[in-house]
Amino acid sequence: MSRTTFFEVEVLDGRTRQQLCFLDKVEPHATIGEIKSLFHKSYQQLYPARQDLKLDPKGKSLRDDDVLQNLPVGTTATIYFKDLGPQVGWTMVFLAEYLGPLFIYLLFYFRAPYIYSHQDVFTSSPYSVVTLACACHTCHYIKRLIEAIFVHRFSHGTMPLRTIVRNCVYYWAFSAWLAFYINHPLYTPPSYGDMQVNYALAIFVLCELGNFSIHVALNNLKAEGGPKCRRFPHPTKNPFTWLFFFVSCPNYTYEVGAWASFSVMTQCLPVALFTFLAFIQMTIWAKGKHKTYSREFKDYPHLRMPIIPLLL
Amino acid sequence: MSAPAMGTTKTAHSDVAPKKKRGPGALATAYLVIYNVVMTAGWLVIAVGLVRAYLARGSYHGLYYSIEKPLKFFQTGALLEVLHCAVGIVPSSVVLTGFQVLSRVFLTWAVTHSVREVQNEDSVLLFVSAWTITEIIRYSFYTFSLLNHLPYLIKWARYTFFLVLYPMGVTGELLTVYAALPYVQKTGLYSVTLPNKYNFSFDYHTFLILTMVSYIPLFPQLYFHMMRQRKKVLCHVEEYKTE
Repeated sequence: MSRTTFFEVEVLDGRTRQQLCFLDKVEPHATIGEIKSLFHKSYQQLYPARQDLKLDPKGKSLRDDDVLQNLPVGTTATIYFKDLGPQVGWTMVFLAEYLGPLFIYLLFYFRAPYIYSHQDVFTSSPYSVVTLACACHTCHYIKRLIEAIFVHRFSHGTMPLRTIVRNCVYYWAFSAWLAFYINHPLYTPPSYGDMQVNYALAIFVLCELGNFSIHVALNNLKAEGGPKCRRFPHPTKNPFTWLFFFVSCPNYTYEVGAWASFSVMTQCLPVALFTFLAFIQMTIWAKGKHKTYSREFKDYPHLRMPIIPLLL
Repeated sequence: MSAPAMGTTKTAHSDVAPKKKRGPGALATAYLVIYNVVMTAGWLVIAVGLVRAYLARGSYHGLYYSIEKPLKFFQTGALLEVLHCAVGIVPSSVVLTGFQVLSRVFLTWAVTHSVREVQNEDSVLLFVSAWTITEIIRYSFYTFSLLNHLPYLIKWARYTFFLVLYPMGVTGELLTVYAALPYVQKTGLYSVTLPNKYNFSFDYHTFLILTMVSYIPLFPQLYFHMMRQRKKVLCHVEEYKTE
């Protein structure tokens, strides 16, 4: 019978250095995830997703799949703990972030009471573009909800509660603001009339289809690859994915395109502002992703830019 | 037997004084010294201007006009500080510095300059005086810090005067914005109404009210942050002294 050297793990608070928990007889091949579960037993409120464990209070966080004996610790490991606060699962996050704008826009479209003046309650706009805009906005968020529930696979389990509240406030407030103007009784339709609306609508639809194709492609990549085999996305038979020749994150490219065309379709400055801010945020994400890809894969195509072909 | 933690930190104490971790190069330091000296001088000019105008007129009323130009010049010049953070020669957050400078510039141009009727208000003198004393101390603090020769008096002043100057400045600012409200509403200053081609509207009057409301969460946070800084900086030094 072989003797396994058991590890001892002491968990200290990262800030106060007080000992929170002492675990003895820990298997050497135990993972950080298992240690989090053990810690959870002592502290009911601190479920694993809330725990941030590190070997050095100022260092990087340990991953759930890190194995104890592979870490640079002796047989007694000192681990520092930080409470990440209440966490919410990603699916819940997206539901909250998308259901809000969906319903809020409709409140404005149907001119619910107390938004516009009394005589405008439950009236409708004479302009077809207003109805079209409502359809586009609604379809956009329904598509996102479907993707969140059925398509996306999430690598991290959760997001902190505070972040969700902040994100929701942002999305909900902004959609209220832009819906207010588009559905306003004093709304002015686009300067170039139907031509402007139709061209913008066409581009909007193409971008939505493109965005969806990319999400499906990324999802399939995760499905085929499995946890250990990491590959980067490639263009497939679907023409929408051919944007992968030029950019690392075509889903963001299409998203910006959709919102830009929505701005042109409604000729509404608040929408343009939303598009601009979204573009900035997505560019930051795309650049990060691009850097990760370039670093991880030696054969990463040089032609690809993060978000805008040949430019950015 | 406990195992050594990975990646032991080199410094025993965390930096309390606003010392630069990496430090700007020699050229950047020279530029920053010049910048801070010029700003100190500028705000001294404003201070002297206020005192001289008061002595000449014999009253507190209408002193704004005597220092209007240097105030605009030097307060707007502070925008460079955002650039300093962005470039990295000053280890502060771009967002935080930007926010602080923008709020000052906003009050100088978008309120006091734009709404002529408030320029005679005493509240203007209140915040201008608060800003003047604060900035003289702050810029001399930075100058001496850069030259590694910070007199304790300046450090003490920087972390103590704010206790009075902060509320004083905030009061002056809020009263000035409040005084501007009726004129903004009457003239529709900086406001855009519907209908228009871009389907956008902006009511400056409402915006000013929201700005005033934003002081409620923001001011206590900033004030207590400075109080915590004060404790760290001034008490830490005392600990060293008693060793």
